[in-house]
Amino acid sequence: MKIKVKNLSFAHDIDKNDGAKTKADKTINNFNIEFTEGKFYSLLGPNGSGKTTFLDLLTGFLKPATGSIFLDNQNILSFSRKELAKKIALVSQDYYINFPYTVKEVVTMGRHPYMGRFSSLDKEDINIVNDVAATTEINNLMARKITRLSGGERQRCIFARALCQKTPVLLLDEAFSNMDINHSFNLLKNIKKQIKETNITIISVFHDINFASIWSDKMIFLKKGEIIASGSPEKVMTEKFIKRVYSIDAKIEHNKFANAKQVYFSTN
Amino acid sequence: MNSNVKAITQKRTGTLVTLFSFCLLIMILISSSMGYVDIGFKEISNIILWKITNNAEFVSDIPEKFRVIIVDIRLPRILTCAAVGGALAVSGALFQGILLNPLADPYTLGVSAGAAFGACIAILLNLGAYFVSIPLFAFTGAISTLFLVIFLSESSNNPNSAFSSNNLILSGIITAAILSAGISFLKYMADEQVSVIIFWLMGSFASKTWMDVLAVSSFLTIGFFISILFARDLNLISLGEKAASSLGVDIKKVVVVLLVTGSLLAAISVSVSGIIGFVGLLIPHMVRLITGPDNLKVIPLSMIAGATLLLFADTITRAVLVHEIPIGVLTALIGGPVFCWIFKKSQQK
Repeated sequence: MKIKVKNLSFAHDIDKNDGAKTKADKTINNFNIEFTEGKFYSLLGPNGSGKTTFLDLLTGFLKPATGSIFLDNQNILSFSRKELAKKIALVSQDYYINFPYTVKEVVTMGRHPYMGRFSSLDKEDINIVNDVAATTEINNLMARKITRLSGGERQRCIFARALCQKTPVLLLDEAFSNMDINHSFNLLKNIKKQIKETNITIISVFHDINFASIWSDKMIFLKKGEIIASGSPEKVMTEKFIKRVYSIDAKIEHNKFANAKQVYFSTN
Repeated sequence: MNSNVKAITQKRTGTLVTLFSFCLLIMILISSSMGYVDIGFKEISNIILWKITNNAEFVSDIPEKFRVIIVDIRLPRILTCAAVGGALAVSGALFQGILLNPLADPYTLGVSAGAAFGACIAILLNLGAYFVSIPLFAFTGAISTLFLVIFLSESSNNPNSAFSSNNLILSGIITAAILSAGISFLKYMADEQVSVIIFWLMGSFASKTWMDVLAVSSFLTIGFFISILFARDLNLISLGEKAASSLGVDIKKVVVVLLVTGSLLAAISVSVSGIIGFVGLLIPHMVRLITGPDNLKVIPLSMIAGATLLLFADTITRAVLVHEIPIGVLTALIGGPVFCWIFKKSQQK
């Protein structure tokens, strides 16, 4: 599914009495970008550069101030919430849950967009939940209470829930921040496989540049609400860009073992 | 295997609903038989059958006095009490889900303070003589408070998350604080009327009529239906706004609908019976210990359990104790310690 972002702007804290907005106030400033199917995109940038806000705009959780987002040429605002939930899934940064649901209940909620108000799970739903549980390696957690799990385990359950939505677009907001390297790699390998098989689109926020470099087809760097670079890791991952985005000196080399560009920092 | 597990849990919920309903029915029978005059179960069931079938044969050998006691005095009180218990429990389950806070109750948003304020005005203006005016003022007070709280917590920034639970709780606490001061002032102004106000505030089911039964049960029926309709969305909302939204829940719509439903249930309860605490807090908690947090199970079971337990408490104060003590005081005296115990226990698990 193709995503087209056109002249997209958004500002938090809109002051109604003061209509004139300065450029600096905008969280998202005039984004123009296209995401094609079957690709893994990563969003990078310093804190407060607008990464999460951009994802919130893509899911329709926030409404753009100006500009629009199109899914296969249809404005996302014209979809109903439930229709949109069949197109775009989100693994959000916030995975705290206050009520002691079992993992199985939480993962099953990923099928909500496909269920009627009173219908219960059908055979297909159950198969999907079981498949996803197997691929995300949470089978042994299914009967446990979500409130009793560690941060990384909970993140994997939330990830599984998003996979159950079976959407052509999957948004990941630092979805691996608390996971160990083994589990993150298995999940990412699984996603890569899905990209090949079903042509889904992934847009993932990362803080770890090396991680992003290994997995992404395209890297997009944001700073202060603007897209300042977008392209393949080989192209955009340069010492100059890293300095420009993060204001830190870095050394970048092609690493043979990772078969990707990797960045190194020094304390000097 | 998974479908088996599901079938079992569904069956279990069904069994629980049946079991709880059976308890409620027994409680209604026991409560009807108790009081100044003891009336046997057989007479009671015959009187009820007579009322339902309109066949005078059922009551041919039952004294007129018994019929009046059951039909005009005890049943209206018992059914009002059961309906109020159910309404408060459903309302509590809704508020706990919406506010993402297992410690919320129907009164968190200041609905009770609003109702109390309204009732105080009616009493102070000496409108108590007209039998609907106190409930009507209480109801108006509760609803106006709700809209004030919604207005206060609405922020223009983010159209989707207009009702963050923190905003709602804060607005509720502020509004309730102002209204409490208002109530104190009205009490101070009331002079000899002050005892009427105090007794009203402590809650009572004494001298309820079939009108009250009808009012509460019709609100409860509609409220319950709406709650069940949105129960699954409420489950998703407890995952957090963003997650719920990305799973296809129209948060603002669901929250407004359920907020209004929960408040109306609380408002009608308060206006009929005064302020009865702990039912809305305690019952959903107890039910969740049995069923887990799935609202599709919590809401129906809370309704029946709330009805049963409030009726139990009311029967104690009406028929067991030498002097009738206000029901609100009794529920707080029983419910408070029970809540402490459950709360402590759930911390240790």
